[in-house]
Amino acid sequence: MTTFAFRRTDAAHILATTLLGFGIAASAHAVPATAPAATLTTADTTALPSDSVYRLSAALTDQSGRGFRLDERRGRPLLVSMFYTSCQFVCPMLIESIRDAERQLAPAERAQVDVLLVSFDPEHDTVSVLKRTADERSVDPAHWTLARTDAATARKLASVLGIQYRALANGDFNHTTAILLLDPQGRIVARSSKLGSAEPAFVIRVRAAARLAP
Amino acid sequence: MVRPRHRSRAACAAALLACSLAALAADYVEVPAGTIASALAGDADRTPALLAAFSLRETPVTQGEFLRFVTAHPEWRRDGVPRVFAGSGYLRGWRSPTALGDGVDEHAPVTDVSWFAAEAYCESEGARLPTWLEWEYVAAADASRRDARDDPAWLARILGWYARPASDPLPEVGGAANAFGVRDVHGVVWEWVDDFTALLVEGDSRTGNDPDKLKFCGAGAINLQDRDNYAVLMRIALLSSLNAADSTSSLGFRCARPHS
Repeated sequence: MTTFAFRRTDAAHILATTLLGFGIAASAHAVPATAPAATLTTADTTALPSDSVYRLSAALTDQSGRGFRLDERRGRPLLVSMFYTSCQFVCPMLIESIRDAERQLAPAERAQVDVLLVSFDPEHDTVSVLKRTADERSVDPAHWTLARTDAATARKLASVLGIQYRALANGDFNHTTAILLLDPQGRIVARSSKLGSAEPAFVIRVRAAARLAP
Repeated sequence: MVRPRHRSRAACAAALLACSLAALAADYVEVPAGTIASALAGDADRTPALLAAFSLRETPVTQGEFLRFVTAHPEWRRDGVPRVFAGSGYLRGWRSPTALGDGVDEHAPVTDVSWFAAEAYCESEGARLPTWLEWEYVAAADASRRDARDDPAWLARILGWYARPASDPLPEVGGAANAFGVRDVHGVVWEWVDDFTALLVEGDSRTGNDPDKLKFCGAGAINLQDRDNYAVLMRIALLSSLNAADSTSSLGFRCARPHS
């Protein structure tokens, strides 16, 4: 079962993090990763670059039911993608790709990068469904956000990110898969469509962004 | 040339106030619920799609209407809009960010608008862009039938329009109404739809089980059902090739309101 494989990998990942990067990883996890981003919520959006994804005014809700605006993620590098939780095949591989990229970072680099996955299936992906998925996939809640928004905002976010999706009559979605790396100002600086494992060139870009992060 | 109906509305005769309001408000046509055998149905949705009743703008949004919009919403002026929402071609035919100029007919459909700008305009009318299915449903009609797609004459007329040189000036809105009472669906401009990013006809839909299928969750890309319907397929091809910040000189839009 692929699900078990993912969980086993998670366990190995957590163990490796704990053993190898004990000091740094522990301090990174002790400080809520959302704190630096939250201090920027009052940032003047007019200072954003013209091509910043954060120009989009989007209200989202995370897996714990907390509301936030997309531009609150300003100030740190962000890996962002879109998905839907009832997806059986591609979406677990998407999560695995992102996790593989994280795994290849040093703990100090990893601590600089957040992950945001937004559902394009708001009808089914309620807060409780997102929470369950986050738990099942054992994602690190200090760095990973699974979020939902209304259908119109999801379409706009997908348009900004260059992600296509289409609801099918049977409840599935056709969609393209893209993991976008945003710099702290919300510009798309790298893009990957590789599933299951991380693309080496993409990891290099993520690492560079993490090292540049304040 | 048939003049736009909004210039001779019955409301104007009723009262001066009603007239001035009517001059600002666009006409929406009630489109009854129905089914559409879409040209882009995939494996998982071969049965005709059910469509709820909605309202659709009778005519595409005009240059003059869009000028009033950017005047009221300066964040959508071409000199102020963020690049993420509109590329460099946005409203490039205008003389200035706030003036159409002599060569631009205020009653012609606005073009050179991005998807984001079109959505923002529709929101200002309490509407949104029509979905692809809503548009396709209305576009299937001819003057007397709601679905004339099997008629070679319907196809020939549209393909004749496609063959016209793009350098010709765009006609004014207000052409003949189709069976739904909607005007200018064919023969004037291409139109944005709300879910144009749902038109996953990336690359080539003939490739079948190629490795690219991994890019798509579920059933893979759309298998175009109605391969002879070039008129509709060309629309899909155009829209699926665009990004939401793109604009072209032959692409405009109209708005729709769902019945809640």
